Amino acid sequence: MVHEDLIAIAGKERSARKPVRVRCCMAAGCLSSRSADIKTALEKAVKDGGMTERVEVCRVGCMGLCGQGPLVGVEPEGLLYEHVTPENASSIVTALNGGAAEPRRGDLKHPFFARQLPVVLARSGRMDPERIEEYIASGGYSALHRVLFEMQPGEVVEAIARSGLRGRGGAGYPTGLKWATVAKSSGQHRYVVCNGDEGDPGAFMDRSVLESDPHAVLEGMAIAGRAVGADQGFIYVRAEYPLAISRLQVAIRQAKQHGLLGSAIFESSFNFNLDVRIGAGAFVCGEETALMASIEGRRGQPRPRPPFPAEQGLWGYPTLINNVETFANIAPIINRGPGWYASLGTEKSKGTKVFSLTGKIRNTGLIEVPMGITIREIVEELGGGAPDGAMVKAVQTGGPSGGCVPAAHFDTPVDYESLVKLGSIMGSGGMVVMDEHTNMVELARFYMQFCMEESCGKCIPCRVGTVEMYKLLARLVEHEATPSDLEQLEELCDLVKNTSLCGLGQTAPNPVLSTLRYFRNEYLALLQGGTSSR
Amino acid sequence: MRRYNYRAHALIEVLHSVQESFGYLDEHALKFVAASLHIPPSRVYGVSTFYNFFSLKPQGAHTCVVCLGTACYVKGGDKVLAAIETAARIKRGETTPDKQLSLLTARCIGACAIAPAVVYDGVVAGHQTAAQAVERVKGVLSHGA
Repeated sequence: MVHEDLIAIAGKERSARKPVRVRCCMAAGCLSSRSADIKTALEKAVKDGGMTERVEVCRVGCMGLCGQGPLVGVEPEGLLYEHVTPENASSIVTALNGGAAEPRRGDLKHPFFARQLPVVLARSGRMDPERIEEYIASGGYSALHRVLFEMQPGEVVEAIARSGLRGRGGAGYPTGLKWATVAKSSGQHRYVVCNGDEGDPGAFMDRSVLESDPHAVLEGMAIAGRAVGADQGFIYVRAEYPLAISRLQVAIRQAKQHGLLGSAIFESSFNFNLDVRIGAGAFVCGEETALMASIEGRRGQPRPRPPFPAEQGLWGYPTLINNVETFANIAPIINRGPGWYASLGTEKSKGTKVFSLTGKIRNTGLIEVPMGITIREIVEELGGGAPDGAMVKAVQTGGPSGGCVPAAHFDTPVDYESLVKLGSIMGSGGMVVMDEHTNMVELARFYMQFCMEESCGKCIPCRVGTVEMYKLLARLVEHEATPSDLEQLEELCDLVKNTSLCGLGQTAPNPVLSTLRYFRNEYLALLQGGTSSR
Repeated sequence: MRRYNYRAHALIEVLHSVQESFGYLDEHALKFVAASLHIPPSRVYGVSTFYNFFSLKPQGAHTCVVCLGTACYVKGGDKVLAAIETAARIKRGETTPDKQLSLLTARCIGACAIAPAVVYDGVVAGHQTAAQAVERVKGVLSHGA
């Protein structure tokens, strides 16, 4: 594979396109609502109608509005159909010759679509994730070519640093700085690891990216490999995401066949191999040192840092660990320039962020918005508020490590610093909306139960502390707690937060602390034997 | 195991393959894996008990996995689970005495947009109500097929 081959594949793919494209969402959400049967029905309708010359039906990744799925889109008409069934799918094809289709039409001018700024999700829902040709036709792997032939590794690191990209896994560590540290470290080998252990319940951004545009992640990792001098990469994906795993494996195989991964990429001297590692259901493996232990085939228990993985990672060698979404941002930054990326977002948080919007909200699904948008805009404009006219009470971000942002603070812009100030975190991008019927103490208990069961048991504050906090929260919910129990709960939160070994324990008290901060009255109501809002 | 060159770090991949083939990990399989990869049985046992995904007990003919992620919780996933527990007369993590049904729970299956979600025999079903779930489970229990 040389550059001319890449251009040839892209040209061939584009000229083979038929004028009308019927896109059928086949990401996990819609697949569970029989979208595979819908695709078969669409194909049959095209064949029966004698329209095979003009119309193609294609499998695509996530189109975003998962709550209204299964979704079918029609290009170039720009139509979106919601709640399609295998029975009424054929009417979409007959409607191409005039008339109306049976399934409900979605409104693509709705803020849910209009307010988005897709960078990572630009291809999601537009192309077949299991065909590398489509990725190449949309400009794929040209960034990798540029990095290999027109840039020095140092310039790549410099470009990522100037873009202002920060880790999308939640902590927001500057990506360029991390790359520079790994590139500078000494060692015979270096590794690149992609953290796809999306453990936060209520978050499915990484799953959607892997299912909808796996090559974007592979290209980002290969560029990272070149920049830091690594020749081996691992993608760690949860076992709960079988479709993402199989699509990744297909993508890796195709990239190897085309000479875009493996030895002598683009016939250069650069080699980069990629392996998929499958998790086995342990939340703590999202923590980077635990994740590395798991890749090495051991129990996923974290170890103290430093040394950081950038200095001593997998098998003791320097290792670069970034999240799925971070890697998916790399190729666009190289293609469109760090200046373009830095012009998006706010002063300290650049670019865009993908969120999964779920819970008590009308439009559930996947969105990508520029940093700095307010929570109110996301919840009320994109999300359409709570269903059945209920009042939205709070938004939970960051999963079990995060906290709640109450409605009173909805005008806060979404960036790393502002969310921390409110006692929550950006997290990986899960946004769960709570309405007035959600009991915040029960929610805190839910998260504490999660942390208690997922604690790996290595350090005592986390192993014992989470159990004790859970017991106290359970007493509160059962109306059995005394004021001294509440006091003890607050003390424990402080202790576990400050003395735990890894991120799981250090952040486990966050849901309790943030609900105590904004919804203390609900705790007090339970103390006095009163009833809280549920 | 040959695919992974008998390397010790492929332990988790190997255990996945074993569980996929036999449905669960029995003592014999664990010892065999340990001997083949040249690692102590204690480590194989340690790894297989650490991760929730591995099961050391045989599963029922059918599985029902209730997602207990945040989105499913907010939308009543806990009530769906409670209803199934009552209907099947087993607790989560257990298998019915006739070995027909195993009731499991998941942290989050990433199907949050269609919460609450339940996975019946590996197929995800979204927007589940307690009544729907009980009907599915009762169907499995009465037919026994």
